This record gives sequence, structure tokens and C-alpha cells, in this order.
Amino acid sequence: MVKIAALNRKLLRDLLAMKGQALAIAMVVAAGVAMYVMYLSTFDSLYRTRDAYYEQQRFGDVFASLKRAPLRVADQIRAIPNVSAVETRVTANVTLDLEGLDEPASGRLVSVPSHRRPLVNDLFLRRGRWIERGRSDEVLASEGFMLANKLELGDSVPAVLNGRLRHLTIVGVALSPEFIYSIRPGELVPDDKRFAIFWMDEQALAAAFDMEGGFNDIVLKIAPGASIDEIIARVDRILEPYGGLGAIPRALQLSHWTVQNELSQLQTFGFMLPLVFMLVAAFILNVALTRALALQRPQIASLKALGYGNPAIGWHYLKWALAIGLLGVVLGSVLGALMGNLIIGLYNSFFRFPVLLFSVPPSVVFGATVMTLVAAIAGAFTAVRRAVIVPPAEAMRPEVPMRYRRSILETPLLSRNLGTAGRMVLRNVMRHPLRAAASVFGIAFAVSILMIGFVFNDAIDRLMLTQFWDAERQDVTVNFIEPRDESVRYALERLPGVVAVEPQRTVAARIRSGFRDRYLAITGVSPNPRFKRIVDRDGKEIRMPPAGVVLSLTLANVLGVRPGDEISLEVLEGQRPTRRVQVTGLVDDIMGLSAYMDMTALHHMMREGDVANSALLLIDHAHEVELASELKTTPAVAGAGFKRAVLQSFRDVMAANMSISIFINLVFAGIIAFGVVYNAARVSLSERSRELASLRVLGFTRAEISLILMGELALLTLLALPVGGLFGYSLSAAIVGMIDSEVYRFPLYVSRQAVALSFLGIIAATVFSGLVVRRRLDHLDLVAVLKIRE
Amino acid sequence: MAAPLFSITDLAKVYHMGEVEVHALKQVNLELYEGQFVVLLGPSGSGKSTLLNIIGGLDVPTSGEVRYRDTVLTRADEAELTAYRRRHVGFVFQFYNLIPSLTAEENVALVTEISEAPMDPDDALRMVNLGEREDHFPAQLSGGEQQRVAIARAIAKRPSVLLCDEPTGALDISTGIVVLEALQRVNHDMGTTTVVITHNAAIAAMADRVIRLADGRVTAVEDRTEKKLLPRELSW
Repeated sequence: MVKIAALNRKLLRDLLAMKGQALAIAMVVAAGVAMYVMYLSTFDSLYRTRDAYYEQQRFGDVFASLKRAPLRVADQIRAIPNVSAVETRVTANVTLDLEGLDEPASGRLVSVPSHRRPLVNDLFLRRGRWIERGRSDEVLASEGFMLANKLELGDSVPAVLNGRLRHLTIVGVALSPEFIYSIRPGELVPDDKRFAIFWMDEQALAAAFDMEGGFNDIVLKIAPGASIDEIIARVDRILEPYGGLGAIPRALQLSHWTVQNELSQLQTFGFMLPLVFMLVAAFILNVALTRALALQRPQIASLKALGYGNPAIGWHYLKWALAIGLLGVVLGSVLGALMGNLIIGLYNSFFRFPVLLFSVPPSVVFGATVMTLVAAIAGAFTAVRRAVIVPPAEAMRPEVPMRYRRSILETPLLSRNLGTAGRMVLRNVMRHPLRAAASVFGIAFAVSILMIGFVFNDAIDRLMLTQFWDAERQDVTVNFIEPRDESVRYALERLPGVVAVEPQRTVAARIRSGFRDRYLAITGVSPNPRFKRIVDRDGKEIRMPPAGVVLSLTLANVLGVRPGDEISLEVLEGQRPTRRVQVTGLVDDIMGLSAYMDMTALHHMMREGDVANSALLLIDHAHEVELASELKTTPAVAGAGFKRAVLQSFRDVMAANMSISIFINLVFAGIIAFGVVYNAARVSLSERSRELASLRVLGFTRAEISLILMGELALLTLLALPVGGLFGYSLSAAIVGMIDSEVYRFPLYVSRQAVALSFLGIIAATVFSGLVVRRRLDHLDLVAVLKIRE
Repeated sequence: MAAPLFSITDLAKVYHMGEVEVHALKQVNLELYEGQFVVLLGPSGSGKSTLLNIIGGLDVPTSGEVRYRDTVLTRADEAELTAYRRRHVGFVFQFYNLIPSLTAEENVALVTEISEAPMDPDDALRMVNLGEREDHFPAQLSGGEQQRVAIARAIAKRPSVLLCDEPTGALDISTGIVVLEALQRVNHDMGTTTVVITHNAAIAAMADRVIRLADGRVTAVEDRTEKKLLPRELSW
């Protein structure tokens, strides 16, 4: 017992003696653990909260919208085998006239049964009370909207319902699993200020929209294990005669999809990033321990002479690594919990749950500990083995001096210009090519982490630029309740501040190729579009051919079609024509799934004149307020989006998001860069202190010997920068590929600024670690070092 | 007699090793003259290395004064001591202290690159009979050869004084002789004042002046008048 205690005391003191390095390594471990804990705990919190919420509020499995069906049709759907619950609803989009808001806000009205709670998608009542029966002016409002507009219970909101201005009185604040994430159609980010969900008494809502005895929306719960595709097919068949817009499974429901997508990203990052951190940690641990154990050779010999066996000594030194690793786990878990809290806070501003709390499950900490211990053992193994297997007598003797060679890089020309210090630097680096390569890799990884942050910042700028300046150049988008004929154009042109009008026609359709299909809106494109153009990821305009359809590349991939192939178009409105149309072009675009047709061809297919269901406006901003207040009270207008407001909310959301993630990246990249460089410097210093002291004796100044040590770090960093740039690019490309979804794609664009900023960040971290080590150079003991034989 | 190269007055050095005070030098007074071959003799712990380190500007005394020509070394700061070592002092150590990543020639060039009027590194190596081995790295040289590279490196700057701390301490007799021959040649041909620390009394027979130290004090100074022996004539 006493013996073990003595060895453990030695362990503690040895660790204290190398505390700078131990801490630097522990910090890298901590960074990896923090990421792991942050991502996976957030995943766990979000996942469990969501599932409990779904369960409690009976979130639907199948969702369908239609034009109008009598209530008895729902019985047919109820009769489908394996359908366990059905709820019919009336939904409508309305324009809101909010005080203090120039642009019109929009609201989505969803009915709730008059005499009971919904069977599917039940609400969670946060505050206030349920709607009183027969009160046609009472609504429950979504929490996000209430908070963003600082509304109180009892406040009333003016809304245009089916052309009539009504005042809706808010009697309660509610949440629904259907709207954990809610976004105004056609926008990029949620805007709680300008988008509300209102739940209203079914009879009142039906009356306002002439839907009495009918419904235009239906949600289903199905029995576990039932085939969802089969049920969807049957629902579609039943609803088709009633203007069915196609049933979708939960997986494609916008709110669910978004939360799900977030969850899978958390999981991917939660495994991938910590892994790389652990790799770097294992490597610097290996380098540090190899050197530390080289210095311990005489002690190892003594221990062996005293009768300690290889396993005991091996275990003793392995404990160094484990102690450092465990310190990292503790630091990282705390850091990860703090960051996870930050992320959950961010989620709470996007996602509306009754309660979304952050907690760190013990299994995550356990996982982090196992991962760390594996990395620590892997890192320490060769170093410890090498030190322990030496026979005692040999261990008593100093290690064989290092053999140097002229490096293969030293061409005659280079050596002439290199100078002696340069040669020393080059040969030292080439002496341990693996170690140098690993350092380069570590620093390069730091560069790439930093770069990813900046690249995504740029990508979002780019996305905005493409979306709002290349693809959609209008100032205002006005949506009509019903399609209007061409006279609407002149009516709009007469509104205050309107400079130009471009009518738009979109048609809801199902696009099918074989058994694959998607529901979406086909957009008509005029031969010379002024505002809305077909634009690819890089902002380049694609001309619409006179015939056929142009599809998003992503859509073409979903359907498995290429230009020249035919697809089947089933229009879901008007006469519901079905056509076979040739794919005449693809566009590698950034948002959603799009299909474009020539405007005339679209009108022709629909057998209609020059009708439009929305219009794009170019306006004189001096009259913006007047125009907005006109639009708010125009009965034919279902909603109007002002680019300025949309951009503002987009910027706000992204600024909050990106500043957190860039900050986290900066800190973590800094930790890695510092950990790697500081460790490399300390090991170099330890190996070369004698050499550097000799130089001081020969009359070299402190600055001159610093240059030799720093030169080595500078060389490693210099080599790491381009490698890091390459890593950063590939990692960014991989991440861009990973978040390439049907909802949005990121353009991959690496600006010079992003590269320069990440290089500068890492150079700063290198210089900092260099300066920390340089202070030790000033305390070199010149006399002592000359007395010892290496 | 000409003015001394070094005048040492009342020199004392106290080391604090934890709670113990070690008086390495006690009231040492000494003069060293230009061109002489001086041997400092004494057992380990007698203070000879401390004395050499202070003369060489590697260490500062606790009290007393060391004057090099017109300069008072004991008043010089860190930067001035570095400059002094750089211009005027050549060091040779027991364990050579060569830079392992540089060849013999490059080790010498290391010094000539920062000196004002240095020798050609090749000439310096020829002076110690190592002209042939200039492209070898330290690990490819024997101990005696490494020590001769160290001597070449020390003299290449044409120092005023060459300070050697146990230059043959790590060598066997025959290699030691070759190293001592190199030192004697430098002293003779270039007139460089040479101070050699040793606990090998036989080497005293090569010297112009022999200083004996014991327990931090100079116990005897002997200016030899008899013929200086060649290294191979020494009886070990």
C-alpha cells in the first residue's frame, strides 16, 4: 500500500512539473468533450422533449389539405383500416393589421372543435382560457407571436377575414406540436413578429369562410406499424374530387422536418467533431509523453532496480495520460453543459415547446469519459511501451544522441540562403518527420475549424444575395386570396408608391415520375422576367425555354429524372388537368423544390387567360408606409411581404446564430492551435535547451536563440496554413453536402476574407503560444546545462 | 610586465541551495596575463569552474570585481555580458556542447557568422587537424574529434581568451593528448590567452602559470620558468 501511495505522489508531482503541457492537452480534450456533451445533450433534451410533447398532444401522422369537402367525407377516411383518429379542420390565411407595424403581418387561422379538445394535434394552453362556445371573436394565439409583439390576454388584433375586417380577441396563449417551428410561407427564417397562428372556434371560422358543414384540412393518427404509404394513397383517392392537395406523412410536415433535421445535424456533429479533437489530443499526448518519459529514463531504471515490474511502471505512466484525460473530461463536461444551455436558449427562440430544458444525461458524460480514456490510452501507449521495455542497465545510460542528416530539401541554392539558424530549424523538423506532420495536421485542423465558421457566414451572405438580389428583385410580394385577371395589375399600379408590377402565377401540382412524387407549386416565368428569375446557386440566371419544365436539381434527383425525360404533372386546382411534360432544364438552386414553366404555356395548360395569384412590386420607398396600410385593408390581398422587413428579420436571426457559432469556433480553434503549438514548443525547448544554452554561451542573444525555436514553430505553422485551407474547404464542402436538403442548400463559397481571417486567427494563436514559451527561454540556466551530459 | 588581461579583486561567490549557503569562492585575488597558458588545478568543489564561469561572463559574483582590460565585467548587465562573450571569449566544455543538427563546419560557422573578424571555418578546422571531416555531423565523430571541433568553434572568432572546462575530462589518454596538442598550438600560434581547468595535475607541466584552488581559495600561484612540455611528453 505504502509503495503505491509513494508512486502516486510521484505521479502528482510529475504532473505538476509539466502542468503547462498537461493543461494544454487537457484543454484540447476538454474542447472535444465539450462539443460531445454540448451536441449530444442538446440532442437528448430536444429529442425527449419533442417525443413527450408529440405523445401528450397526440401529434398527427398524416396531414392533408384540400379545397373543400363535406364533413361526411371524413367518415370515409375514418373507415380506412389502421386510421386510429381523424380531426377535420378549417384553416385560412389572413392579413393582420398590427399597431406599430408598417408592413402587414399574416396569420394562419386553424379551427378547433367547438365542444371538445382536438383528437389530433391537441393544444397546450400556456395561459388564459379555452375559447368559449359560440364566441366567434375569440382566439387562442401562438406564444411566439404574443411575446414578439408584447401582447396581453384580452388584447384584440384586427384581421381581414375573407374580405371583412374583424377584431380577434386573444383569450389564451397556446402551443401546438404542429407549430413547434412555424414560418411564413416563402420565407427563410421564422418571424414571430409578423406571423401568427390563431386557433378559433370551428363553427365561427367555418362561417367566416363559407365552410359550414365542410372542412379544408384534415389530420390523421394511424395505428403503430401500419403502412403509411398505403394510407396516404387512400386518403389522396378519397380527397381528389374535393380539390385534395396531396396528403403528406409526418416526415414531410414542415415543423417536424425542421426539428428532425436539427436533431440529425446535432447527432452528426456530436460524433464527428469530437472525434477529430480526440485524435489531435491523442497525438499531442503522445509527443508530450514521449519526451517526458525520455527525461524519466534514469527514474525508470531506478524503479526497475528497486524491483518494480514492467506492468507496474507501465500502469504508473499510463496514469499520467488518464489523469490528464480525466481533467479534460471534467473541464469539458462543465464547458459543454454551459454551451448546451446556450444552444437550448437559442432553440427556445426558434422552437416552441411547453418546456424545453437542458440537461446532461449521465450516459453522455459516460460516453465522453470512455471516448477520452480510449484516446488517452491510444496516445500514451507507444510512448509508455517504449520507455518501459528498456532493460534497467540500458535505461541508466543516457539515450543515444540524435543522428542528423542534411535534409533532402537542402539544395545548394537553398542552403546558401538559409543561414545556420535556418538549417538548424529545417533539420530539426526533418529529424522527426512524423511528429512534424502530426503538428502540421493539428494546426491545420485548427485552421479548418476557424474557416468553417467564416465560410458559413459568407455562405449565408451569399444565400441572401442570391435570393434577394438575383432571384427575387422585387420590394414587395402581394399574394391574392383567389387568382385575379389582368386588371389587378392596373389596380396595383394605382396604389401609392408602386413603380412597377409583375404579376405571378403559381399552380399547386403533384409532379410524378414512376412511383416518386412531390407536391409543389409550379411557377410561371415570363420570357423576360423583371423581378423573379430562375437563378442557380451562384446567382447566374437560367433562361426559361418556351416549352417543358425547368426543375431544381434537387427535385430532379428526388424524382430520378434528367433533362429530356418526361414527368407527369397533376395540377391540383382549377380543372385539375394532368399532362406529360418534358424536363427541358435543371437549375442547381438554393431553396426548396421548384418547377418552372413558361407563363404562356402555364396559362394554356390551365385553360385560363392572363390570371395571377400574386404580384411582385417595385416601389418608391418614400411611400412605403402608405402602401403598406393600403395593402393591409385591401380585401383581395391574403398577405404582403416587404423585402426590407424580411431581410431585417433574416439578419437578426442569423446574427444571433452566427455570432454564437463563430465565437465557439474561434475559442475551440484557439484551444487546438494553442495546444498543438505550445506543446510542440515545450517539447522542442526541452530537447534543445542544452543546445540553446550552448548558443547563449557562445554569445548569441536571447532574441537570436528565440528565433531558432520560433523559427521551427513558424515553419510548422506556415506549412499548416495551406493544408488547413484545404481541410477547411473540404470540411465545408462536406458540411454543405450534409445540409443539402429539399428545403435549402448552401452555396459553397470560400472568400479570400474567410481564408485570411482564419489564417490570421491561427497565426495569432501561434504567436501567443510562442511568446508563452519564450518566457522560459529567458530563464535558461546557462551554467547548469553545460555540466550535464545529454 | 604588461598590464594584465584580467584583474580579479576580492572575488566571492555564494550559492543558495535551498536553505544551505555554499561559499564557492572566498576572497580570490588574481591576475592573468596576455598570451599565457594557464592551468587551474583543484579537486571538485574547489571553485575552479565558478571562477572560470565568472571570467567568461556566464555567471556573476556575489562580491568583488573582475576587470577585463578596461572593462569592469562585474558591472556589466546581461546584454553587455552577451556581447562580451560574443566578441572576446572562446569556450570549450567537458561535453563539447556541439549542435547535433549542424556539421562540423557549420558548428564553426555558427560563431563566425556573428563575429567581427573571424577566421575562415575551414582554417579553424585545419588548425585542429580536422580539415577532412568538416562535413560530418557530431554523431558521426569520435569524442576527441568532437572536442577538437569545439576548440575550432571557440577559436574561429579570434577570441582574446580561450576558457576550457575539463576539456579532456570525458576522453581517454590518447585522445586527450590530441586535444591538448590542439590547445597548445592555438596558444602558441595565435597567442590566445588560454585557461584550462583540470583536476589532472600532469597537465600543469604544459603551463606558463599554474593556479591551485582549494575550498574556494587560491592556495598557490606558480609562474613556471622551466621548459613547457609537449602533451605527449606528459606523464599521466
